[in-house]
Amino acid sequence: MTETNIYFDHAATTWVKPEVLETMMPYFKDKYGNASSVYAIGRESKKAIEEARDKVALVLGAQPKEIFFTGSGTEADNWAIKGVAYANRDKGKHIITSNIEHHAVLHTCKYLEKEGFEVTYLPVDKDGLLDAEQVREAIRPDTILVSVMFANNEIGTIQPIAEIGKITKEKGVFFHTDAVQAVGNIKINVDDINVDLLSISAHKFYGPKGVGALYIRRGTKITSFIHGGAQERGRRASTENVPGIVGLGKAIEIADLNIESYNKKLLELRERTINEVLNKIPYVRLNGHRQKRLPGNVNFSFEFIEGESLLLMLDMKGIAASSGSACTSGSLDPSHVLMAIGLPHEIAHGSLRLTFGEENTHEDIDFLMEVLPGIVSKLREMSPLYEAVVSKERIERGNKNV
Amino acid sequence: MYSEKVIDHFMNPRNVGEIKDADGVGQVGNAKCGDIMKMYLKIENDIIVDAKFKTFGCGAAVATSSMATELVIGKTVDEALKITNKVVAEALNGLPPQKMHCSNLAEEAIRAAIEDYKIKKGILNDTTMKQACSRRCDDVQAEMNDHDE
Repeated sequence: MTETNIYFDHAATTWVKPEVLETMMPYFKDKYGNASSVYAIGRESKKAIEEARDKVALVLGAQPKEIFFTGSGTEADNWAIKGVAYANRDKGKHIITSNIEHHAVLHTCKYLEKEGFEVTYLPVDKDGLLDAEQVREAIRPDTILVSVMFANNEIGTIQPIAEIGKITKEKGVFFHTDAVQAVGNIKINVDDINVDLLSISAHKFYGPKGVGALYIRRGTKITSFIHGGAQERGRRASTENVPGIVGLGKAIEIADLNIESYNKKLLELRERTINEVLNKIPYVRLNGHRQKRLPGNVNFSFEFIEGESLLLMLDMKGIAASSGSACTSGSLDPSHVLMAIGLPHEIAHGSLRLTFGEENTHEDIDFLMEVLPGIVSKLREMSPLYEAVVSKERIERGNKNV
Repeated sequence: MYSEKVIDHFMNPRNVGEIKDADGVGQVGNAKCGDIMKMYLKIENDIIVDAKFKTFGCGAAVATSSMATELVIGKTVDEALKITNKVVAEALNGLPPQKMHCSNLAEEAIRAAIEDYKIKKGILNDTTMKQACSRRCDDVQAEMNDHDE
């Protein structure tokens, strides 16, 4: 395999920034104290955790006491949904979500269905957009929680979270948003959007892997997630991942500070890529909303070819990207998100996701556009599906000439 | 994930294309699975003298298609019928377990092309092509669902 020179998979993960790593380093060796210990070195760790909590709270417009550190975004999603469901069982058993959520939400909801809860999976339109009014209509007297992602991890579509938050507040239903793809890319204030719970993950915004956080609005009835010690005010026991938490705090602080210039840059790369790919390559469709999408996300479906083949050929050129193709997941069905927006199987199989980050440049896009059309052509020349289309077009052209 | 041989056959597939006056043509798989393979055979005196393919599918599907054409060329029809998906996978120095179903394509495409040849020659009457990949893919999916439970 060729060495990766160009990385277009920031929605999967990002590298750790040097200044983030530098902030974390002392807590691996010199400042190794257990944050629950009473002596100086332990108090130092505790202080570092609280400083990180302050930073997260400041960025989200929350109170530090409303921030709880977790082991990942997936854990935050699990805690939010199971925690609210179990704690509010006496009030109802109905949960509302969308059918394009991350598996961390969908599989948690499926698990709860086995536990006796009822879940409504709302459909989205062809752009992956949920209508807030659908949420209002789906709310029942026994609805306890609405969980809708802020921005989709595959197609980048940004949901009308503030509108949904207004509705859930009116109806007195808890509202969780999986904001793992949005934090660090979009300014978020938890009061402006009326969410009660919000999940984040550090490695999506140049922080370390293995650490996330859940915002829990004061007054939200939720069960503890891990039982044991008194960490995280008794709600999530476990010795704290101090370096990770410190890294998360630093990463979110930097992301927030640079968010406007970062967005501007990603938007330029996104728009250029969308325009060039759609103009230069035939039989391509853009997946996700044209405007209401993450600044750094593009997702295309290339007809007549399969996504994994495309990824492998890009990899050979040193480009790392992603696909919703079934063959990359070990499943036989393509991405549930692409199916939910109405793509037929054969087109959903040929998807390519490119997600940009701060190290990407216009030169990277130049190189992408230098190699991508040729790769697509090569795979299409090999495809029996394309062969059928070319033959049909040839016949149609012949008929017109007659 | 893939052996060097799989990558080699994927990046430099042998015998891509079609044979205009093919003696046998077989297409298997379906777009739902994400894999379709079409194989063309030129057969002279019961010996496969040329084989070409077109494939819509992942890296493993392309590599197995390429390897299958290499394996059948020079063999008699009966010898070619003995080429199983396992033989193709082994010739590629193995495939990841979740990709083994892709190698079915190669085996089934050879069978379908030979079946077509035999029908054209009047050796076989049955004109129903077996959509074996679809069946096997369904089996794989069912197995995966079982594991989810």
